Amino acid sequence: MLIKKPDDIRPSEITDQTIYLTRREFIRNTLGATAAAALMPALLASNDASAGTKLPGVRKGPFGTSEELTPYGDVTSYNNFYEFGTEKEQPAIMAKNFRTKPWTVTVEGEVNKPAVYQLEDFIKPHTLEERIYRLRCVEAWSMVIPWVGIPLADIIKRFEPTSKAKYVEFTTLHDPAQMPGQRRAVLKWPYVEGLRIDEAMHPLTMLAVGLYGETLPNQNGAPLRLVVPWKYGFKNIKSIVKIRFLEKPPVTAWMTAGPAEYGFYANVNPEVDHPRWSQSRERRIGELFKRKTLMFNGYTEQVAHLYAHMDLNKYF
Amino acid sequence: MHMTQTEWLQRVIKPAIFLICLIPLALLAWDALNNHLGANPIEKIIRRTGDWTLRFLLITLAITPARRLFGWNWLMRLRRMLGLFAFFYACLHFIIYIGIDQSFDVNEIIKDVIKHKYVTVGFASFLLLIPLAATSTNAMMKRLGGKRWQQLHKSVYAIAIGGVIHYLWLVKADLREPLIYATILAVLLGYRLWVKQRQALPPDPVRSSIHPSAIRSTK
Repeated sequence: MLIKKPDDIRPSEITDQTIYLTRREFIRNTLGATAAAALMPALLASNDASAGTKLPGVRKGPFGTSEELTPYGDVTSYNNFYEFGTEKEQPAIMAKNFRTKPWTVTVEGEVNKPAVYQLEDFIKPHTLEERIYRLRCVEAWSMVIPWVGIPLADIIKRFEPTSKAKYVEFTTLHDPAQMPGQRRAVLKWPYVEGLRIDEAMHPLTMLAVGLYGETLPNQNGAPLRLVVPWKYGFKNIKSIVKIRFLEKPPVTAWMTAGPAEYGFYANVNPEVDHPRWSQSRERRIGELFKRKTLMFNGYTEQVAHLYAHMDLNKYF
Repeated sequence: MHMTQTEWLQRVIKPAIFLICLIPLALLAWDALNNHLGANPIEKIIRRTGDWTLRFLLITLAITPARRLFGWNWLMRLRRMLGLFAFFYACLHFIIYIGIDQSFDVNEIIKDVIKHKYVTVGFASFLLLIPLAATSTNAMMKRLGGKRWQQLHKSVYAIAIGGVIHYLWLVKADLREPLIYATILAVLLGYRLWVKQRQALPPDPVRSSIHPSAIRSTK
């Protein structure tokens, strides 16, 4: 097993290039801020918050959309994160004190390089990208979110999956002390999601660490979450602590909760209804009337080939 | 001025309860005007009006047991109003579904009602409420005759069961809330069954042969 030793200098200690280039302005601002901080101790306290910290060195990624972004306030106050309550407003309140530092990610299973990473080391070798994706929830609402993250494929290549690695399983933290929702068996905890390896390696698939240029707020799945824009929102597992490579398809939390209602693939498909409600239309958050839902959430061109010979009524 | 109990009920209690029944609507309007309905206000309005429809149905169904158990006969005078409030909130719920959720698209609505059983049940329950509201006036009660009117209004049991099932079938995983409604409804309907069964029992030959006055005289 590869034991990763943390480097002497952590990424968080390295001065961001943009700060270096604007150092004179930085000093001016810092002086101002120091004066303000001396007057208002609250300003200092706000520096500790992990959510809402600007992420440095983010470059523009591909696959963007020109659609209007869902406002930050809506993205961060309307969440399905059952670990922090089943009402949409609950995660923003209940996850306030969720500790995302330190955070480790375990990589195991069918890989040549299994390891336990500190989150910083996990992210460090990569350049962060901003990608504006549509998000379509299985409950027939949608958003447009500027994520910040890394293509999952780039990360997976580092672990060197073996030829037996046909599927990837992701697991959320299980910590009922911090996640009050886990004290009730609404779902089988911990939350588990999965992808076929070709889905995981697809250039659209990313692991996100931020949105709107800042670190992920806790209620949005801090510090690390999956983003697979052509699948229903519940595939985008939050607060990931484990990535496991498997030969057989993993059983996801929603498949366990309702095998007749939630399949492994969960591709956005207006033609295949949820057994209990229609999937043909969706309400874009911020809009009054519903709009038509697009096949694969509008990513047909990129992903249709992955499912070329599959009956999507059967593999929903 | 001294008021009789009936006057007190008609002039004070009933108007007060009428206003109280409008509070959920007022709060909804207030929240809507102040942007307190969150990121998906339409969903919230549909849910709240649905919640209040169910609550008023259960309150209406609680009148008879409460009257029997506590001997509060005056409660009966509030039942029609409470039932009509259930209908009122159901109408709001229904109109928003038809108009905003489905954009008045008749084909889509028909498809939704046929294909999705939670919609089917909710839709049917709403349709069944209409004749009850329409025959709630004194004149209609007279025209139908007490027995037939009562027969018709027994469908409120089916409506309430339909309403709770409608809620149960739409929830994704957390069944707590719909199960609370289901439990209350089960108690209210169970009480009626229990009363009916007791009435159906053959009278106790010994006890029924004793005239109440005889009991008193032995004291």
